[in-house]
Amino acid sequence: MNRQLDIEMATELRFFGKMTASISHEIKNVMAIINESAGLLEDYSLMAEKGMPIDPVRLKVVSERVAKQIQRADGITKNLNNLAHSVDEFKKSVGLRETLELALGLAQRLADMRSVTLELQPPSDFPNVITSPFHLQNLIWHVLDFAMDASGEGKTVGLTLETGPESVEIRFTGLEGLTNLWETAFPTKKEAVLMEMLGATIHRDMNAREIHLVLPRDVQQQLTDSQSITENSD
Amino acid sequence: MEKVLLVDDEKEFLEIMAERMSARDMNVTTTTSPKDALKKAQEENYDAIILDLMMPEMDGLETLKELKKNNPDLQVILLTGHATIQKGVEAMKLGATDLLEKPADLKVLTEKIKKAHTKKMVLVQKKTEEKIRHILAEKGW
Repeated sequence: MNRQLDIEMATELRFFGKMTASISHEIKNVMAIINESAGLLEDYSLMAEKGMPIDPVRLKVVSERVAKQIQRADGITKNLNNLAHSVDEFKKSVGLRETLELALGLAQRLADMRSVTLELQPPSDFPNVITSPFHLQNLIWHVLDFAMDASGEGKTVGLTLETGPESVEIRFTGLEGLTNLWETAFPTKKEAVLMEMLGATIHRDMNAREIHLVLPRDVQQQLTDSQSITENSD
Repeated sequence: MEKVLLVDDEKEFLEIMAERMSARDMNVTTTTSPKDALKKAQEENYDAIILDLMMPEMDGLETLKELKKNNPDLQVILLTGHATIQKGVEAMKLGATDLLEKPADLKVLTEKIKKAHTKKMVLVQKKTEEKIRHILAEKGW
């Protein structure tokens, strides 16, 4: 049991650490561009003081660049804020649109580092599920991390949803390299712990080159049902 | 005039840095690709290479290793978003001239580039002297 708790805590902390490190790196990049833009304006003003004419177009370019970086920083901090608030409640109704958008937002830079493109393929319906928002983000990241490794030559991972009456499937598509990697590498104990907490399962579709993360519509209901099945079979 | 190669995956950062450094009489070439940087470093003779530590395609340390393998005298200054002490030590062990954290002060970076240029000149001079000494010894003049 203690071992299980250790894995749980380490998995949670590692996920938080990985995401915040990536976010802080991105914020630093934004700050560097704003910092140099300020420096460039200073250069222009020094040139103007010396009587050199400054083309207003150049000023406009700098101003647009700063505005663009502020927008970028706003998106990054929104993601960080949403991630931070995902631990507020252990169980709540979460929209899968927001969940997947946040997952992709958090993973974007890490995907860029691996030259992998992430694509949200919008389904007809984005339902809500009752689950642990933080652990769901954590598990989606783990699957996404593996899916990026399994993206093969195509270097693209698609995300879409399939909704059933009792469950929802998050499908990770376009995994051209799935064959060689699947058997030994995934899922590991870390994912197994998260799957158990969320009442989730992971399947593969080798023909379609996809991984399916199956989530119950209501995690509490699912866990109660499986508990009563176990008790009855005892 | 110092000849500098700037390598960073942030295109806008490269554009502004290139404009600012050119205004300070530096001859600046930029690339967002570490692989392209390796190619450029073999084709051209740079006084300093400014390299981002975290990039797609190739990790900054890996790029540094390759650059130094191809030309051990190359002066490489690492510029990074967040440098852990471990990464910094590793970079220095691999032969980096210096390491700066973003956002960096251009004045400081310019000084480091000038120092790198001087260091390179000293190394070139030493090598030339060694070559002459070798020729003299060989020919027995």
